[in-house]
Amino acid sequence: MGIVATQTGKFYDSYRREFGLHPTRSNRVAAWAAVGVAFLVVPLVASDYWLGNLSTIGVAALGALALNVLTGFTGQISIGTAAFAAVGAYTVGNLALRYELSPLLTLPAAALLTGAVALLVGLAALRIKGLYLAIATLAFQFVVEWLLFHWSEVTGGVQGVISVPRTQLGPLDLNDPLGKYLFIAGVLGLCVVFVENLFRTRIGRAFVAIRDQHVVAAGMGIPVFRYKLAAFFCSSALAGLSGGLYAYYVGLISSEQFGLDLSVRYLAMILIGGLASIPGSILGAAFVMLIPLFLRDGLPNLGIEFAPGTQVHVEQILFGVAVLCFLVLEPRGLHGLFNNVRDYFRNWPFSYKGER
Amino acid sequence: MDKFAQLLVNGLLVGLLYSLVALGFVLIRKGSGIINFAQGELILVAGYLVAWFLTDFGLPVLLAVAATIGLMALLGLSVERLVLRPMENESLLSLVMATIALGIILRGAVPLLWGTQAQDNQAVFTGSPFDLGPVSIERVNLWATLVVVAFLVTFGWFFTRSRLGLAMQAVSDDRLAAQSLGCDVRRINAAAWATAGAVSAFAGFIWSQIIGVNSGLLVVGLFVFPVVILGGLESISGAVVAGLVVGVLESLTTGYLNTSLPGFGPVAPLILLLVVLLFRPHGLFGRPDIERV
Repeated sequence: MGIVATQTGKFYDSYRREFGLHPTRSNRVAAWAAVGVAFLVVPLVASDYWLGNLSTIGVAALGALALNVLTGFTGQISIGTAAFAAVGAYTVGNLALRYELSPLLTLPAAALLTGAVALLVGLAALRIKGLYLAIATLAFQFVVEWLLFHWSEVTGGVQGVISVPRTQLGPLDLNDPLGKYLFIAGVLGLCVVFVENLFRTRIGRAFVAIRDQHVVAAGMGIPVFRYKLAAFFCSSALAGLSGGLYAYYVGLISSEQFGLDLSVRYLAMILIGGLASIPGSILGAAFVMLIPLFLRDGLPNLGIEFAPGTQVHVEQILFGVAVLCFLVLEPRGLHGLFNNVRDYFRNWPFSYKGER
Repeated sequence: MDKFAQLLVNGLLVGLLYSLVALGFVLIRKGSGIINFAQGELILVAGYLVAWFLTDFGLPVLLAVAATIGLMALLGLSVERLVLRPMENESLLSLVMATIALGIILRGAVPLLWGTQAQDNQAVFTGSPFDLGPVSIERVNLWATLVVVAFLVTFGWFFTRSRLGLAMQAVSDDRLAAQSLGCDVRRINAAAWATAGAVSAFAGFIWSQIIGVNSGLLVVGLFVFPVVILGGLESISGAVVAGLVVGVLESLTTGYLNTSLPGFGPVAPLILLLVVLLFRPHGLFGRPDIERV
């Protein structure tokens, strides 16, 4: 699970090695392969259709990563991620529309402002934990939804629709699918490296300690409340960043895009992908975003069509069933599934069915 | 003044109905320790079922409600058996997510089964409203009030006097201890879900008589959270008091603030919830957990 390397047969001869960014050779190979595929192979081979889909997955993956920092690594449940993404999106929207700032300024501003809002909310919300926190974030989600709908000075009039002007960033044209994709993949990559490093530091390890046993964490001298607040800040800043990216991606944001179902989707992503797993966040986001895509574009190719209007409901049911299946059958998610398969082949042909 | 009195009475009547919805939630919490995020969806399904039995089958009211209660109890049982029992020792997050996923499935299934249009709503409680001086009360509300009071008294008795009720409380308090004292934990969890399904069936029936059979029934489920946070997650009398408070708050804010802050009525209880959590992290009537390492 991220920090402790528990793979069988792996020994480290120094602590430095164990805490390296990618401690094993296969880790390193996988990381560089992912970078190669994302920035070299995909831009060369993917059609505009797939570039668009990959961009949505990238934006969603950033949101899932944000929630994983808070929920997976620090153990604080939040059902309000979409509300924080909305803060980021509207920050970007307003700054880009009114002051015509470049994405290099608007995105950090979105992250910081969302983080600041999170600090305010967190001062109240993080005194509570477990399901009280879940319910509080749920309430926060609805309050923000109402604000988006009615605070027209900020959210640009009726129903909070605001359009983000098209921009150019150096050589990247953010109007073009390829430019958007590269931009989103770049930001996501930076955030992945940031989160990976975060959990190699003292701060990140304190987060994990709080998740595992917050009483013991306090006993070891970790100021629990302050670190929870820090986790909330990091997570929300990333969520705000994801909202900002989304604003650039769709170009037209409206309040209903940041409803409760988006928050639930993020939760589903990290559960399906794997809690406290960085690759899991991305895999989970891909899985959740591909379900509607499969129903809309995949099944008609196979000759199965839904009556108009029913597809969205079938999608809901399928989504719910998928979540339940993962919860009941593989609680560690896609990342756990991958580990099982890998361990099977690593030990093959000498595998034995011992205790898991 | 008349407006205030009418709003107050409306709020109290609606508040009692919120208590009825919250009762299903509290039952599940007390009987199995699970927070049910799908309460609104249970109400939705129940409302559609009653309307289906009334209009498509032409059943008399009592039979339709009884059939719905049966089906909803069955739904509760199967949820416990198929989803929650395999997840017995999972983390809180997984359990929360499981009930959310369940809600999503039900929300998708209802329009598939009965279409997206609002169903015909056969009014059961007809007749003109009662006039009591400055305020008038709809007949539905009067009946609903009687039923709710009966329900609350029954469940109050059930949890403090009956064997099964006491066992349910013991299980939610400490599974392991209850088990070692001879409670059949699984049977009790199943009983809690079945009862909660039946209560939701009734709540769905009453609510669909008031607001019609449409997706608005989902919104009702949202009010559960302010009610249970205010009243404590495991207290029936707390749920009644908190339901009344939330009902009055919503009614007054909608009545007086709707022109300056449109749509603020349903949000006001949620803000109250946040304020309560800020000052009393375990709700007004809840008790703090004692944590040991």
